[in-house]
Amino acid sequence: MKYLCLVYSNEQLLHDSPDSPRDEECFAYAESVRNSGRMLAAEALQPVETATTVRMRGGKLSITDGPFAETKEQLAGFYLVDARDLNEAIQIAGKIPAARVGSVEVRPVRQLDV
Amino acid sequence: MDAADELHELLTALYRDESRRVLATLIRLLGDFDLAEEALHEAFRVAMEQWPRDGVPANPRAWLVSAGRFKAIDGLRRQARFEPLDAQLADSIAARDQPPWDGDSVENDRLRLIFTCCHPALAADAQVALTLREICDLSTEDIARAFLTSPSTVAQRIVRAKAKIRDARIPYEVPGRGELAERLESVLQVIYLVFNEGYFASSGDALTRSHLSSEAIRLGRLLLDLLPEPEVMGLLALMLLHEARRPARTSASGEPVLLDEQDRSLWSAELIAEGDILVLQALRSRRFGAYALQAAIAAVHAEAPNAAATDWAQIVGLYDALLRISPSPVIELNRAVALAMRDGPAAGLALIEALLERGELVDYHLAHAAQADLYRRLGRSGEARAAYRRALHLARQGPDRQFLQRRLDQLADG
Repeated sequence: MKYLCLVYSNEQLLHDSPDSPRDEECFAYAESVRNSGRMLAAEALQPVETATTVRMRGGKLSITDGPFAETKEQLAGFYLVDARDLNEAIQIAGKIPAARVGSVEVRPVRQLDV
Repeated sequence: MDAADELHELLTALYRDESRRVLATLIRLLGDFDLAEEALHEAFRVAMEQWPRDGVPANPRAWLVSAGRFKAIDGLRRQARFEPLDAQLADSIAARDQPPWDGDSVENDRLRLIFTCCHPALAADAQVALTLREICDLSTEDIARAFLTSPSTVAQRIVRAKAKIRDARIPYEVPGRGELAERLESVLQVIYLVFNEGYFASSGDALTRSHLSSEAIRLGRLLLDLLPEPEVMGLLALMLLHEARRPARTSASGEPVLLDEQDRSLWSAELIAEGDILVLQALRSRRFGAYALQAAIAAVHAEAPNAAATDWAQIVGLYDALLRISPSPVIELNRAVALAMRDGPAAGLALIEALLERGELVDYHLAHAAQADLYRRLGRSGEARAAYRRALHLARQGPDRQFLQRRLDQLADG
């Protein structure tokens, strides 16, 4: 059985509270899960200001700044892709079949500072 | 004038004519907006120091690009003591591109800058702010004044946009054939928004607004120069044909003067002539879109000596074509007004009543104002008064309200 663990957090709290994890700690934990043989993929994300939301309606690609914020819809899956730049990522995201009925939020992965 | 004055004048002119081109190339070479802006200013500073001594270089633009790039690499290497990553960055910049810097690639840099500033992954207000700052070289204060916001808000929008370009890796490139149409739409939208802000907004002083519209026209010309697509011609034509009416569209007291009441001798024949040529060119391409059609409508108005002599049949036909490309209730309303001119007020009124019944335009004051005007022309004063009152209730801008109030007063007198 595969499980997807999604990390939600107030971005301010994530880095600025006394209990905030440091990148070293995140890296070390990911490493330990990797060593246990149970890691498939894990990445930290850039802050939400870097998000772009992509939709395909009637064959026309729509691109908007910002995260996906509609609460009526639920997270239905994910793609982790390696693209040359945001334009290529948008083209890939726009062709995900579910983009025709839902929305795909494109977020760049953040390199941990270790 | 002595040599120092002459050089100062040359540098000022160079800054005005070439700084945006130099900046566009530096962003490509350095891969970062802030680094490129700093490098641009360093390059001009060094020129001011060296040119009096060494003379003006044969190709000042290429010299400025080289100097800026060199200064940026030098600065990064110096900081490398504190910021080890900067050394890597400096090496990769130094390895990436070599002179000479001219030809196609440099010409395309301005187009790259336009497409990057107007990238749809940036917020709409950030696209506008970034375009006016980076391509038009307007200060954040000027932009803030034009959009009735604070300079710090504008500065923040620009900072965020640059951070997103960097962190989400928005590429510095002209989109390929497959994406070009969609991406061009977003560029044209930014330019038209800047124009409209300068043309229709009733707030802000007249000087700031007309400056904004001329910046939009300048952007349109630049884009046409770099990318002669039919819709670019269409948008530029549309802006020119509207701009031509500017002297006639406000009365001495600041009230808007409707198209059919404008003194057409005040319209700029020069702008109309330029707009006409572009409309024809765009329509002949057979690949035109909504901008070219709107420009064609403006061109039909421009060629009529007065409202009654306007070729309304042609205008209705153009609205029909426009509705097929981009259906919208506001365009339907405009078509109904044109149809009233062609077939009489009763025919137009029937369309407007049906439109209002559909509910989409019930909060749009111009729909009620148009309805009121047709009632008035049919002599149905009571219904006209009621419609003007509804329009007045919905209108927000001062001059529109003054105009509607005046019409109401006239009906009361009559």
